[in-house]
Parts: sequence; structure tokens; C-alpha cells
Amino acid sequence: MWELVRANQRRAATLVVLMAALLFLLGYTLAEALAPGAGAGGLFIAFLVWIGLTLVSYFKGDSIFLALARARRIEKRDNPVLFNVVEEMSIAAGLPKVPDVYVIDEAAPNAFATGRDPQHAVVAVTAGLLETLNRDELQGVIAHELGHVANRDVLYMMMVGVMMGTIVLLADIGGRAFFWGGGRRRTSSRSGGQAQLIILVVAVVLMILAPVIAQLIYLAISRRREYLADASSAMYTRYPDGLASALEKISHSTAKLTVATRATAPMYTVNPLEVSQRGLADLSSTHPPISERIRILRSMGAGAGLKNYDEAFRRVTGRPVGVVPFRALASAEQRPAVPPGAPDAGNRLERVRRTTDMLWRLNEYTFVACACGTGLKFPPAYVGREIACPHCGTVHRIQPTAA
Amino acid sequence: MIFLVFLVVVVLVALWVMGMYNGLVRSRNEVRNSWGQIDVQLKRRHDLIPNLVEAVRGYMGHERGTLEAVTKARQQAIQVTGDVAERAKAENALSQTLRSLFAVAEAYPDLKANQNFLALQEELSSTENKISFARQYYNDAVMRINNKIQMFPSNIIASSFNFQMEKFFEVEADAERQAPQVKF
Repeated sequence: MWELVRANQRRAATLVVLMAALLFLLGYTLAEALAPGAGAGGLFIAFLVWIGLTLVSYFKGDSIFLALARARRIEKRDNPVLFNVVEEMSIAAGLPKVPDVYVIDEAAPNAFATGRDPQHAVVAVTAGLLETLNRDELQGVIAHELGHVANRDVLYMMMVGVMMGTIVLLADIGGRAFFWGGGRRRTSSRSGGQAQLIILVVAVVLMILAPVIAQLIYLAISRRREYLADASSAMYTRYPDGLASALEKISHSTAKLTVATRATAPMYTVNPLEVSQRGLADLSSTHPPISERIRILRSMGAGAGLKNYDEAFRRVTGRPVGVVPFRALASAEQRPAVPPGAPDAGNRLERVRRTTDMLWRLNEYTFVACACGTGLKFPPAYVGREIACPHCGTVHRIQPTAA
Repeated sequence: MIFLVFLVVVVLVALWVMGMYNGLVRSRNEVRNSWGQIDVQLKRRHDLIPNLVEAVRGYMGHERGTLEAVTKARQQAIQVTGDVAERAKAENALSQTLRSLFAVAEAYPDLKANQNFLALQEELSSTENKISFARQYYNDAVMRINNKIQMFPSNIIASSFNFQMEKFFEVEADAERQAPQVKF
């Protein structure tokens, strides 16, 4: 596991350096083309924008993201089953701390993980996910998310995403500057001659290509990380069929996640924006096609190790190179799959009840258990001192809440 | 010149030995940490069992044998103070009695409607899961350090700094391999 994390970090560092080079080259040539001699200034501006965005996303990225998704934090008493599953999986992943658990009041089944490192990790799931999946499937999805945490994908995707954003932003600013100020510059900088012309051409080419290249790198990494998180999920749970069947259920769902945007889409288990075309995936997708992910997991057979996933990946996709980094693979033995031992936590009806109760509780509804078996819930705005059970008619006195 | 080459070689070898040694220490710490995690979960299970026995006593009074078996297995698991293999044996026995308790509980519909019992059942089966995931992580860590201790070239460093092979937390074959048969 350690080897996988380290191989990931090395890879991450290389790509971040590459993208940084692209970013600074763009900043330099743009400034040089607009005003000869201003290259260093351009470099400095590119650096400032990048540092600023990186700092914001490093320290505030997770809270911004959770707010955008309208996720709310829950405690263990709100949903013990979900909490237990998260605890189980963080033990399996060897995380130093159990991540905070958030829920999103949405019918579309999905989940994401965020937080810059395992100490600050957060995992969020939608209410739809809790209602749709049984315990083994939920375990598979949570393990996939914690795989992102353990492999340091969250930080990495954030760094690369910020870099891509800066490149797009700079190219955009450069384009506008050319459009509004280019004519004046061209007449005044005749003295530069041929060198200036070359800089200009390079700047225009970079301005058009850099955002495209940056996005393609970003998307390729994002897809690869999804496969790796699937591999980690299979390894943690030792039960690849759990995640496979969860992905099947999720892909059959027609509900669309309303809180997802293009910026937040890569963070989810399955791409929330591609509900209608989940079979398809091209270079412009953040996620691999879900049908392919299911086929890989299903064809792992009796194995659940990283090596087994890598073999299944090559068998299904026909690609000669797998997804697990070579150094991690060298130490990753095959692992036998183990069918889950815990009994399933209730049927669909019970899961729906548990989930809606959790949401009521989050909205500060008060719960009263009647002796006849009915659970009464009423809103915080209810001012009456007593309430009658609609089934048996027993009148319950309401304790005034301390708050 | 020759001295310089010699110096470079010495430094490289020293760095290599350092890397190997640190890798071994990291693996050993990983084994210890993951054992700690198993320990936490085993203690949690010991703490939960009296509550469970209390909750079911009223419903299944004439299943006295099952309840006593659980209490006795818990007592033995708490008292055992041996090495990994001995503790594994006692804890596996406890898992076994708990499993039969939950199997018997299936025959009591009143008990299965009891919220307190359901919550305890969820807690205990989750603790069972946590124990088995912690064991899975621990055994992986043990396998990693044992491989390093036995394989060339790290075995040279391991033997000269006296790294010991670690013990696996074994699962008793027939006890654990059978998935619990829960019938509804």
C-alpha cells in the first residue's frame, strides 16, 4: 500500500512540474509578445495567480467544495450503519484517522471524497446512495472514496486542477489583451524584428494549445485515478463484486445530481453529469465508462489484490499497460477474494426509513417513540406542548428542548 | 583521484544501507500500529458483549447454554496474555460463540423487533468486520516485513540489525471460513 502511495507521489510530482513549466512558458511568452522585455513580469504574474489559487484551494478547497455540494456533516447517532462502514474501510485502508462523514440531500446515488491529506479527509454520500445500496455495495463505494484519500488523489487532482485553471485563465487574459491592444503593439515594436515575430507566433500557438494540452493531461490523470481507486476498493473490501453491483445500480438510476457542476464533477464516484451517455467515454471525460469499470471488477474472479485488478484491466481493455504503477505492482501479491461476513443491514424499505430519519434529524425535527411502535417526528417550529399519536391516540407530552 | 572514487562508493553504500534500514523500520512500525488497531477493536468487542447478553437474557432465557458460552469465551479472551497466536485462538473462539448466538436469535421475532438489540447487533457485527479488516491490514504488513527479512539484498541489513520475523494473526480454518448462515 505504501509502495502504491509513493509511486503515486513520484508520478504526481513529475506531472505537476511539467504543467508548471507549461504555465510559466505561457506566462513568459504572452508578456514578451505583448510588450517586449516584460517577460519576467509575465512570469511573476503567472506565478502569483498560481500561488494564490493553490493556497486558497489547499486550505479552503474542501470547505468550498462541501458548500457547493450542499453537504452537511453527520454524527454517528444520525446513521450508525454508514458510520460503521466508513470506520471499517478506514481501518482496511490503514488511514490514520476516520474521515468526517457528510450527507447530501439528493436522490441521485453518488459519493465523493475531499480533504488535502488523510488527516483532513472528508467523505460525502447522497441520500439516494444510502437508500439504493445494500451494505456490501455501500462498502465498495466508500472503499473507492477512501482509496482516493489513501492514494493522495484529492490533493493531486486539486493541484493539477488549479494549474489547469491558471493556464486557461492566463490564455484567456492573453487573448483579450491581444484583441484589444495587439494592433498598437505591432506598430510600435518594429525594432524587435524577427525575434519578436517568433515570440508572437509562439505566444499565439501556446495560447491556443496550452489550455487544450493541460485539460487533456488533467482528464487522462483523472480517469487513471478512478481505475486505481477501483483497484484499491477491491483490495480493501476483498470483494470486487460489491463495488461492481453498486456501479450497476448507480448506472441504472436516472436521477441527475443537481448540485454537481463541471468544476466539481471529477470528484464523484461516477460522473454526475453524464447520466444520459454513461456507456460512452472519450478524451473529454473525467471518468472511465462505467460499463468498462464494472466488466473489469466482475472479471477479477476469485482475486482481489492490485495484481488481480491489473490483470483484469489488461484483459478487458486489451491495453498492454495496466493502471497500477510498476513499483507498486512489484510488491503487490495476489489476494484471494473473501465473501463478506456481516449480515445485510435491512431491506430497501428499512434503508429508506433510516435515511429519511437521518435527514429529519439534520433538520432538527424532534422524535418521539410511541408505545404502539409509531415514530412521531415534528418540526422545530412546532409550538404545542403535547402531541397525539395518529395511530393509537396516546397523547405525548413534549419536553421543552434545552436549545 | 582513487581516494575520491572510494569516498563516493562509500557514501553511496552508506545511503543504500540507510534506505534499506529505514524501510525495515517503517515496515516494523506499520506492523506495530496495525496490531494496535486490532487490539482496540478486540477491547471494544469485549466491552459490548455484556450489554448484548443483558439485552437478550429476557427474551432467550432458556437458551442459557448459548449465553454462558459467550460469557465464558469473553472471559477467556480477556484473560489470555500470550503472544499473537494464543490471542488469535481465544478471539476466534469468541467469534464462534457470538455467531451461534446471533443464529439462535433469528428464532425470536420479538427480539429481532427490539431496537436496542438491533443497534447492538449492528455494533457487534461491525466490530467483527473491523477486527477482520484490521487483521487483513496487519497480515499484509507482516507479510511485507517478513518478505524483506527473507529476501536478498534486504536480508543482509535485516540480519545485521537483528530484525525479527513477525507472526501472522491466523484465522482458524473451519471457524472463520464458513460464512455465517443467516436464514430469514
